[in-house]
Amino acid sequence: MTTAAPTSIETTQALLLEHDYVADRQLATCAFLALRLQRPLFLEGEPGTGKTEIARTLATALGRPLIRLQCYEGLDLAQAAYEWNYGRQMLEIRLAESGSANKDQLARDLFSERFLIRRALLQAIDPALKEPPVLLIDELDRADEPFEAFLLEVLSDWQITIPEFGTVKAAQPPIVVLTSNRTREIHDAVKRRCLYHWVGFPDAQRELAILQRRVPNAAPKLAQEIVAYVQKLRQMELYKLPGIAETIEWTRALMELDALVLDPEVIQHTLGVLLKYQDDIARMQGSEAARLLEEVRATVQSGTR
Amino acid sequence: MLPARQGPGHLAENVLHFGRVLRAAGLPVGTDRIQLALQALQVAGLETRSDFHAVLAACLVDRAEHRELFDQAFALFWKDPDLMGRIRAMLLPKVQLKPGDLPAPPENRRLGDALFPHQPDRPPHDEPPEELQVDAALTFNDWEILQRADFDTMSTEEWHAARQALKRLKPVFEPLPTRRSRAAAQPGRPDWRATLAAQARAGGEGLAMRWREPKTRPAPLVVLADISGSMSRYSRMLLHFAHVLGHADARVESFVFGTRLTRTTRLLNSRDPDLAVGQVVRAVQDWSGGTRITASLHEFNQRWARRVLNTRATVLLISDGLEHGDTAQLAFETERLAKSCRRLIWLNPLLRFADFQPRAAGIRAMLPHVSRFLPAHNLQSLDELVQVLVNQDQPARIH
Repeated sequence: MTTAAPTSIETTQALLLEHDYVADRQLATCAFLALRLQRPLFLEGEPGTGKTEIARTLATALGRPLIRLQCYEGLDLAQAAYEWNYGRQMLEIRLAESGSANKDQLARDLFSERFLIRRALLQAIDPALKEPPVLLIDELDRADEPFEAFLLEVLSDWQITIPEFGTVKAAQPPIVVLTSNRTREIHDAVKRRCLYHWVGFPDAQRELAILQRRVPNAAPKLAQEIVAYVQKLRQMELYKLPGIAETIEWTRALMELDALVLDPEVIQHTLGVLLKYQDDIARMQGSEAARLLEEVRATVQSGTR
Repeated sequence: MLPARQGPGHLAENVLHFGRVLRAAGLPVGTDRIQLALQALQVAGLETRSDFHAVLAACLVDRAEHRELFDQAFALFWKDPDLMGRIRAMLLPKVQLKPGDLPAPPENRRLGDALFPHQPDRPPHDEPPEELQVDAALTFNDWEILQRADFDTMSTEEWHAARQALKRLKPVFEPLPTRRSRAAAQPGRPDWRATLAAQARAGGEGLAMRWREPKTRPAPLVVLADISGSMSRYSRMLLHFAHVLGHADARVESFVFGTRLTRTTRLLNSRDPDLAVGQVVRAVQDWSGGTRITASLHEFNQRWARRVLNTRATVLLISDGLEHGDTAQLAFETERLAKSCRRLIWLNPLLRFADFQPRAAGIRAMLPHVSRFLPAHNLQSLDELVQVLVNQDQPARIH
């Protein structure tokens, strides 16, 4: 079932919310523009802030298939776009040798659609598709720079040129979401073709809304304390600040432990869910965790009063 | 000064102007981006100021570090006279003339210059006084002497000659294999695509295999240069050195630090070495001031290490290591730096003294974590450094 694209920023925001994605107004604006102007959406931000999730949500909300391309160093055309089926091609040559096939015919046949293996990028722009899919190019900063050049043709013209075969062009452009954790700067030529949005950490109010949607059976008091605690942690100078993904994971972990409120001991035991660097954990051990909890208690109290 | 036109119907013009202001402030805003912004505004409408901001930001910004500059420029340019955020107000932007009204945090000098390019009372960029003294003493330009001359005590001519000598340096970097491949003449990995294409052309005859081999790439290099008073002349020459390295198809990131850390990679991109180093000197505020090694390393570890370092990178740390603060913290930061790169090479001009002993607390704190500890006070020592960079030596720690 496909749903029509939203017609305004409000409806975009509402559509995302309906599928449990709490987007702020700015992100909703970018998503709306990306859909309407048919431009790729380039999302950059800290890990665990919901960059990948928005592509998933868009796919479910609009009823489109999601095609995901996970980037890694050395990713090349053969894994990202297309590859020739060499085994079958060799078999074809053998058959031609035994038979009396025309040599010119063989040269033409050997690089035809039959022998083409389609990978994520080519799948996303398949002209036979009825509905354009959502193409997620995840963690582009993990791929090396030469790979970005492969993307340019796809992102601006929705086509891929295969030298032996010809040009494959999408009938309707797919919805493209690119994400980056900014471990390196992506080339301007890629960014130029996209709408840019920096996905930051949410404020307490939005984080609480996200938590209530994602972990609906968490006790309200616990959720409030967790959000306040994580918000305080983000103000500290840690090597890796916890993202929303960590907040959600921590809530689930605390619920598994049947915690109703935060207490210093349970925080100590579950700190590894929230912080991923030994230096950060060491800093939070002992009195620091307790002190932060005191502060959180004070803010939650004053907030509820 | 920008004449932001008033009255209805000037929105497109004002967006265009805004784009030009951003461009002058150093944001890469091309005409295509402005067209995109106008297109986006038509689609999204102009309901609230924050939506207007979001639309322009999505279209005109493409780097995280430009967001703050954009926000400041937006607030200045699209000043809302009655602060009601109504559309009408949006169509009547006003730009304040008086510089006193600027919310002026110290960073936005670029933006100030872009908005008020001809402002008379703005002092010109202060040029640091040229430190090189013309020295009438004996000036041998003999190669041997030049090779061993200390950068700090070189005469002007020697300094120039040394810079010329650096230009001739052709560093070859340690090649590291990547996961990409190129066509090869020797048997290695079979290239099925090329093999079959050749066979198809030959009509299925002939069995000449085609091969591929892994491509290599020079290992990335990160230069961290101390520019405090005692280090200033060495660091200048090392910036020249970094410039030479950067143009030898290696990826070189450079940072300088005194009391704070500044990234200078982009400034060193200029082709002409004197121009490039001159740009760094102008842009960096605390040249020849004091130094805070611990704080600078901490900032590097916190903000940059995960972006510019990977497990293949070599770090050149240029410092005398004379830190007077908390050396336990210094040891911690050095260890963290060493753990996030492949080799940490420490260049210390103090090694020029034959009887150098690592007695200072700062040096003793850093030394256990570096893989090489080398001098860098004359051309000869830089030559040796190049040898170290080329060789695929295993990190050997000094204890």
